[in-house]
Amino acid sequence: MAIKQISVFLENKPGTLNAMAEVLADAKIDLRALSVAETKDFGIVRMIVSDVYETATVLKDAGYICSMTPVVAVPIPDEVGGLSKVLKALNKAGVNVEYMYASLGGRSAGSAYMIFRVEENEKAENALRAGGFKLATQDSITEM
Amino acid sequence: MERYYQEDMECASRETMLALQNEKLLKQVRHVWDNVPYYRKKMEEKGVTPDDIKSVDDLHKLPFLSKSDLRDAYPYGLLGTDLKECVRIQSTSGTTGKRVVAFYTQEDIDLWEDCCARAITAAGGTNEDVCQISYGYGLFTGGPGLNGGSHKVGCLTIPTSSGNTDRQIMFINDLSATILCCTPSYAAYLGERMKELGLGPDDIPLKAGIFGAEAWSEEMRQDIQNTLGIKAYDIYGLTELSGPGVSFECSAQKGMHINEDHFYPEVIDPDTGEVLPEGSEGELVFTSLDKKAFPLLRYRTRDICVLSREKCSCGRTLIKMKKPKGRSDDMLIIRGVNVFPSQIETVLLNHGYAANYQIIVGRVNNTDTLDVRVEMTPEMFTDNLGEIEKRQKDLVDGLKSMLGLKAKVTLVAPKSITRSEGKAVRVIDNRKI
Repeated sequence: MAIKQISVFLENKPGTLNAMAEVLADAKIDLRALSVAETKDFGIVRMIVSDVYETATVLKDAGYICSMTPVVAVPIPDEVGGLSKVLKALNKAGVNVEYMYASLGGRSAGSAYMIFRVEENEKAENALRAGGFKLATQDSITEM
Repeated sequence: MERYYQEDMECASRETMLALQNEKLLKQVRHVWDNVPYYRKKMEEKGVTPDDIKSVDDLHKLPFLSKSDLRDAYPYGLLGTDLKECVRIQSTSGTTGKRVVAFYTQEDIDLWEDCCARAITAAGGTNEDVCQISYGYGLFTGGPGLNGGSHKVGCLTIPTSSGNTDRQIMFINDLSATILCCTPSYAAYLGERMKELGLGPDDIPLKAGIFGAEAWSEEMRQDIQNTLGIKAYDIYGLTELSGPGVSFECSAQKGMHINEDHFYPEVIDPDTGEVLPEGSEGELVFTSLDKKAFPLLRYRTRDICVLSREKCSCGRTLIKMKKPKGRSDDMLIIRGVNVFPSQIETVLLNHGYAANYQIIVGRVNNTDTLDVRVEMTPEMFTDNLGEIEKRQKDLVDGLKSMLGLKAKVTLVAPKSITRSEGKAVRVIDNRKI
């Protein structure tokens, strides 16, 4: 049950992140999770949003380059060792994590999410289900 | 079937053409000697008189004219007729120093427009075509030249001039324009905008484009052809000689035919000034055989190229010039290495980037630096930082093998490099030398 992440190209200079955030705010888009990977010159903003298609549309209209990437979102128990349990399940199945980042879980407190970008989504999903984890769906993200 | 605008000239036998060139040259040298004291003085200094010039083989005896002569003689010093016989001036875009002002009699304009008409016809234009001229009108020769040529061919002419891209697209679509004339960078920009609007090559009525006034690569041609669904033809010219149409491309799309009945070409060694044999690479020099108001003899263009008399599949016998590698004034010398912007463009397009780039040259601790700023495109973007950096490194390697120089490549946001509606500002040289 992979969900869609929006990835955006930004130049690494003052004000670019804010300008993008304003575009999203004007379109009333809620951010569920966000991470930035940067080099000296540019960065990639990766985010999970309330409305994927609306986000892609408003960003493209505003002249941004963005793409959609399938990622796996897993609610993790908010306790010591919570992340380790998830990673153990992935590791056991031989799933390599390209990158990951956390969401603190929307407006309902107590439910943190980890977002995983992996090569084989299905393999990761099966491993997580077998480990007893429930996966987030696009709908559950929208409703968060 | 290949169409010609002036078949007797475009397909003349070598003997006919040579006889005509000799006859015109003798008259022109006499005209200049009698009417242009500035050049007469140069001839006298070299010890040459019109009697020494009996055919084009004697051209090498005549002194050169260069851009600095045009600046020294500004504004009237090279005028060959009374001002009352002149009906127009055009002027160069003036990127460096003083502007060059060129004068035209009505006959000069007619022959210039004929040259442009030959180019439009060679691109398949007839009186059934709708020709949109998106070159700037005014002092710049692009708009007026192609406009006149389009009238002569009998095309329905849309004089949009440059700028207002969405209006350009509206006219192309609503009036079914079939031929587009503009700079290649503007054609690429129009293509990008149409793609954004969801117009594919099959939705666009254009069938041909005539693009010139700046250097562009073969890869950029392919790109424009694919995006707009057209055949893209090159055209070449200089305000000093008249404007666009000094040479033009035919259906073969392999080099440009020089209108040598009006403009006699030579290729010289730019350092020694010696005339080089056909097929050698060197600086292009033109002698204007007909123009009366601004009759330049042996004008050094600074363009580096090769001439060829190989038989052309289009049937024209006019001598061909290869696409100039770049103006020798565009050529950058970076850490002692000669670099043409067109070489950088070729590497970018070969690596999947678009021709939206800027070259910034600087100097740090007495060493030249070369920065190439390239716009990110949707095709080259991925969420994987490592992959983007790998592509960036491949580009650095590609530039290194093309130029023999290490360049820094910076990826920038789309549309952050200023788009030109006239000529692109491709190079920023911050060195204070």
